[in-house]
Order: sequence, then C-alpha cells, then structure tokens
Amino acid sequence: MNMQAPPPVTYDKTIYHLKRGSAGPALDIENLDLYYGPAQALYGVSMVIEKGLVTALIGPSGCGKSTLLRCINRMNDLVDNLRIDGSIKLHGENIYAKSADVIALRKRMGMVFQKPNPFPMSIFENVVYPLRVDGVRDKAVLEETCERALKSSALWNEVKDRLDQSALGMSGGQQQRLCIARAIAADPEVLLMDEPCSALDPIATAKIEELIDELAGQYTIVIVTHNMQQAARVSDNTAFMYLGRLIEYGDTEVIFQTPRSPRTQDYVTGRFG
Amino acid sequence: MMSAITETIPTEVEAVPMSQASTRHTDMRSRGEPALWALGGALALGIVMIVGFLALVFWNGVATFVPKPLPVVTDASGNVTAGEPFREELFRLQPDELAKLSPEWQARIEKDGGFASRTLYRLGNFDFYGDDFRWVPDFTLVKTEYPKNMLFVERLEWGPFVGTIKNFKLDGVEQPFSTLDDPKFLAAHDAARDRWREIRDIERDRIGAINHDIEEARLGLRKIELKTGKDSADYKAAQAEGQARQVDLTRAYDQLAAQAQKLRERNATNTVTVVEIGGRDKTVELSQLVRFYAANDLSFAQKVGVYFSRWVEFLTTEPREANTEGGVLPAIFGTAAMTLLMVVVVAPFGVITALYLREYAKQGRLVSFVRISVNNLAGVPSIVYGVFGLGFFAYVLGGSLDALFYPERLPNPTFGTGGLMWAALTLALLTVPVVIVATEEALAAVPRSMREGSLACGASKWQTIKYIILPRAMPGIMTGIILSMARGAGEVAPLMLIGVVKLAPQLPVDGFFPFVHLERSFMHLGFHIFDVGFQSRNAEAGKPMVFVTTMLLMALIFIMNISAIIIRNRLKRKFQGSQF
Repeated sequence: MNMQAPPPVTYDKTIYHLKRGSAGPALDIENLDLYYGPAQALYGVSMVIEKGLVTALIGPSGCGKSTLLRCINRMNDLVDNLRIDGSIKLHGENIYAKSADVIALRKRMGMVFQKPNPFPMSIFENVVYPLRVDGVRDKAVLEETCERALKSSALWNEVKDRLDQSALGMSGGQQQRLCIARAIAADPEVLLMDEPCSALDPIATAKIEELIDELAGQYTIVIVTHNMQQAARVSDNTAFMYLGRLIEYGDTEVIFQTPRSPRTQDYVTGRFG
Repeated sequence: MMSAITETIPTEVEAVPMSQASTRHTDMRSRGEPALWALGGALALGIVMIVGFLALVFWNGVATFVPKPLPVVTDASGNVTAGEPFREELFRLQPDELAKLSPEWQARIEKDGGFASRTLYRLGNFDFYGDDFRWVPDFTLVKTEYPKNMLFVERLEWGPFVGTIKNFKLDGVEQPFSTLDDPKFLAAHDAARDRWREIRDIERDRIGAINHDIEEARLGLRKIELKTGKDSADYKAAQAEGQARQVDLTRAYDQLAAQAQKLRERNATNTVTVVEIGGRDKTVELSQLVRFYAANDLSFAQKVGVYFSRWVEFLTTEPREANTEGGVLPAIFGTAAMTLLMVVVVAPFGVITALYLREYAKQGRLVSFVRISVNNLAGVPSIVYGVFGLGFFAYVLGGSLDALFYPERLPNPTFGTGGLMWAALTLALLTVPVVIVATEEALAAVPRSMREGSLACGASKWQTIKYIILPRAMPGIMTGIILSMARGAGEVAPLMLIGVVKLAPQLPVDGFFPFVHLERSFMHLGFHIFDVGFQSRNAEAGKPMVFVTTMLLMALIFIMNISAIIIRNRLKRKFQGSQF
C-alpha cells in the first residue's frame, strides 16, 4: 500500500447507480478523507447506505474498505495520529460532531469481525454483553434477548442446552454466529461486518450467508468481503473501491454484470486484484 | 523408479571433485552440536545444584527430630562420655601423639595415611560440663555400651540432660524410681506440667490483661492531661477514678500473683533427682522436664511417637533457650502474615500502576522513562529498601501517625518504629516492579480483537478493562504476584531494619482491641535461621535447627506459591477453548 506517492492514474468521479430501499437512507457518508499520519487512506468518499438493504464493499487489499467500515462506528478512534475530514450521518446526525457520544453511537451499531472473537465467558454472557454494559440487570429481559438473538443467528437449537458453558468451546462457525448474535442483541440500527467469513470453512460460510439473507430487511447491513461471489450473492448494492477511492457504487447486478467503470470491469472479471 | 534414483546419485557424487565434496558435508559447528552440549550441560548442572541443595536441606531437616541412641564410651584413661553421636571425621595425628599409641593402633593409622577417626558427641548437661560437645578419638576407646536406663531429657533450662534418674519427690515425699513406665512417676510429671501451664496462663494471659488495663488507664489519663492540662477538673476527676480503678486492678493482680505463687510452691515440692554419667546429681522440678525417653530402649513405635511429638512442639509452641529449642510458631505466623499483607498491598498497587501505564497513559518518552525506572527498581539492593522503609515509613509516616493519634504514648513509639505493617509495605515496594512488569505484559498480550469486540458492543474503555481485559490478563497478573510473593517471603535483609526481632513478646494478633496490631514487631523464619545459626551460644548445637527452619521456610513459600499457582491454572483453564 503506497500512500505517499500520488496514484499514478487519474480518477474520474464515482459512478453511482444506486438501488433505493423503501425506507430511505440510514447512513450518509459525505466527502470522507482519512489520513494515517501523513498518509492518506481515503479520498473523498461519498456514499449513501440504504436502510434495510445489504451493502457490500469490495476491492483489492489495501483499498480502504475496512477502514471505511471502521469509520462508521468510529473504531478508528483507537488508532493514533488519525485524522478524518468530511462527515458520516446516521439518520441525519453527524457521528463525527464534537458533541457526539461515541459509546452511545456504538450501541446503535453492531459489528462482526474477521476472526470470531467471543469473550472468555459463557455463551449466555457473550450474547447479553451489550445489555450488561448498558446496565440491564433484569434476568427476564436478558434471557428473552439471548433467546431472540440466538434464534435470529440460527444458533439457538445448537446451544440452547449449554448456554452456561464457555463460548470458547464452540466451533469456529458457531463462534462467528455467536458474534453475530452478540452484535444484534441490542437491536442495532446498522450491522457492520468486516469479512465475516474469511476465517471459516465453506459450510460455515454458507450458513453465515444464509443468515445474512435472513437478517436483510430487519437490519441495515454493511459487509466488507474479499469474495466477489459472496458479494454478488448476498448484497443489494455493491461499492467497488480502489486505492482509497470509491470507483463505482450501485446495484449489485449492474456491478457484476455490466459495470460502468472499466476499472470495476477489470476487477470483477478477475483481471487484477 | 526408486532404483533409478539410487543409481543416479553415486555417479553425481563421483562427478564432484573431492575438495568440493568435502565442503558439502555439514560440519559440527554449523549443526550447533557443541552449543547443544553446552546448553544441556548447563541445565543438568543447574538441576543437580538445586536437587542437591533441596536434598541436603530435606534430609537434615527430616532427620533432626529422630531420637538417636545414647552410647556410653569409656576411654583408656577411664573417662566416661555419654551422648548422642553427632558426626564423625578423619583427622591427622601429630607425630608425637602418634608415638604415644600402642603399636597396633600405630600400624592401623599408618595404613590409613596418618589419619585417625574421631566422633563428636553431643553431651547435653551444659550445667555440669559447661560444654555441649566432646570429641572422642577412636584409638582411645576401650568400650562402648548402650545401657537401657540411659535417659535423654529435654528441659526448659540448660538444654538437654543425659543421664539417669535416681529418685523423685511427690509433694515432698521421696519416692523410689523404678522405670520410666512407672504410672506414679508419669502422673506426677503430668500434674507438674499442668501446673506449669496454669502458671504460664495466669502470668501471661490473665496478669497480661490486667497490665493492659492499667496501661490503658494510664494512657487515658495522659490523653486528658494533654487535652485539658493537669489542673483541669476533668483531669482531677479522671485521676480520682483512675486511682479507684487502680486499687481494684491491684487487688486482682495480687490475687492472681498469689495463686501463681501457690502453684509454684507446689511445683517446688515435686522434683526429680537426676545423675549424670560421672555420678554428679542435681535436683530439678518435674515441671521443668519437657520430654524424656530411654534412648537405648525405644521400640519403633516409641521412636515415631518421640519424633512426631517433637514436630508438634516445633510447629505449635514458642521458642525457648535463645531460640535453639522449642518451637517456631511466632516465626511461622509472622512470615505468613507479613507475606500475605504484602500481597494485599502489592497486588492492587502494581496492577493499578500497570493498567494506567499500559491502557491510559499516552505512550511516549515519559512513559518509557517511567517503565525503565520501574525495571531498574527491581535491581536495587534490598537493604536499601530497608533503610528507606525505616527512614520514610517508620520515622516519617509512623512518627506523624504517633503525633496525630497516639500522643499520649510518646515518647514510646507506636507506629514510629519498625513493625509488621511497615515491613509489609517495604517489601511491597521492593516487589512492586515484578508485579508491574508482569501485569503490563499480560495486558499487552490480550488480543486486540477482544478489546475491539467489547468496544464495538458499546462498552466504555473502563467497562472493557473491567469485564474483558482484566479477567483475560488475570493468569499473567497472578504469575507476577506469585513471583513477588516468592521474592518477598525469602527476603530478610530489609526486615532486620524494619520490624523483625529475635524474640517477639506478643503475636500481632491477640484478644485485645483492635485484635490485629500491625504496629508490633514480629518474628520471621528467615531471620530465625540467621539468628539460630549464627547468633546463638553454640552454632554447632543450632545447626540442626537451621536445617529444620530452612525446610519449614521453603515449605511455607512452596505452599503459598502452589496455592497461587492452582488459582492461576483454574483461571487459565477458563480461557482455553478449542479455538478452531
């Protein structure tokens, strides 16, 4: 990833051909520039993420798709020397405003990471962790939430008899579905997934994809993936990014069948990346 | 296929010129074999040293309390010696001494290269001989006997006695002594010991309580004096009240003292006359005898009984005879209390420091400097901490505490001198770098994915630390605490400055409010070893006790460490799952 030198090619404006959802936009990213110290990682990214749809971010390694995803719930705040210009609005509210409460913001979003990262606690405690940190003590509420979240993540039947056992004893695929259950336990407005299947075998991957299909509609989902078939299968809209720039963003079918940018064409046909 | 390959290889090798072929051979140096020998050898040497040390301490420690036989040896000039054989050694005989010996012995010693053998006997009877040990060369021996009536008697004073019993007096009436099994004699001894225990109980506990009350009254009066002056009405009222109370207390005191005196007089009429091997006799009170056995006439069960009763005495009673006899209970208690108190202080202090350094402080030059300084602190000689503890904790902090809270006790210091609390704090300071370093490493080892997972769930940084990072880092933190405990429990040098004494009059815990007295000085097994081994009247006599105490100290550290390790492994198991 060479960020110091200006990219050797000139860039046209992003091509948009967005599929609109029925409920309007959930997130509105406007002209987002991001710098790691002196190196710029995102260049003027503007995109609208439709409520209730699945939006996939694709692109070669180092193109900034994970960085963009982590901007949405401000996980990048943990990085030193990071600077961000532009704005991201969640339902019209700028999450980078000075008055924004980061912790409250993150409670409105769920996030699933590349590698399953269950906490070293029981399955039950893992799922209700977002409620625990929110100060919920009512056992009935916690149990009801746990059951609902595990059912939504298609894990309930497998683990309902061993909720008090350690989550670390589960298989990788189960762990990742547990992480999804945890991410949706607090009923987030947006579900962010950062290559959720990259550490899983094909069967577990198929299960997660099924799950994404089921969750679509209930949640606004943004998914970063390296796997183009996966993007094509699960998403409504796809954004193609290249060297920190958003090249093309719109209807998944269009991106994969008749892309309007030659660069997108090259990528989805496998000529590079 | 295989044969084709094996056929082609030799021809290729042959094609290579000899000089080149020899360089293809991996030489010993590049295979690292000498390094392996050195590594394995170093490890083996280390293990041999540790095992040898442990075996030495363990063997000597375990053997100390075994009852040994009491031979009576007679030499050529008619001197009779009775005692426990302590050790044997070879020594070189001077030519003029050699010349005095019989021709047979001369030949024998000549054959052994001029060396003769001699045995050191532990004589006991210090009150008769003024000496604990005597060398008896083998060539002077005429005969060795094991008389069945030879007794080994442990006494409260003058150390052990070796000899026989002539008779005993029961309430002033002389009784003939037959054997040790004589129920009359045993009953008389038990009764005398019971009276002795009662006297101790009266003098130490009950009179101690009265003394405590008297002291409290004096301090209360002094407090009022300091507050309102000597001429105030309050002071006069308190003084009058105090005098009335004093009369009551004095009466109670006199009563108890009289009771003790009566028991003592009774004990004085129950005596036993013992005779040493040379025929001199001595009458001692029965209550002075702690234990006696016929060393040459013990069945196996009796030996086991003596062995365990000595262990029980060692572990559960206070020392006597300048620490060379009796038990070490106060030292066990002091060591354990000080170490646990130190852990209670050092664990939160070290963990909090490391948490701030690792999780909150902005990583930069200042933090690096602090980190290096902390690491360097671990290398400061411990005696320096002792000096610091005495100067800062005891004199400055303790002095201020005394001035603020205990002015009535001045000029006697309360906290203004070495004590259990200051010793624990000093050792906490000494061991805190270990905890900080271990905790920082444990915190750094918590995977980033855990933190991110928690933060993404809407947890604050503090919640993430509390629920995820600290539990996850706990095994590593425990390792640091175990290391600090091991170092703290074995440290003696700073303690000698800051609260450890040869003989503590009172335990830090007793029945008087506030029950736990952290300001008191205490005993410590490590210092006990030093004291018994190097500061006692007779270092040779103290040697077995040094081994036993060393073994006990190591056992104590081992027990504390093993419990901490068990806790740590329980925690660890929680975090071990089949990840993928």
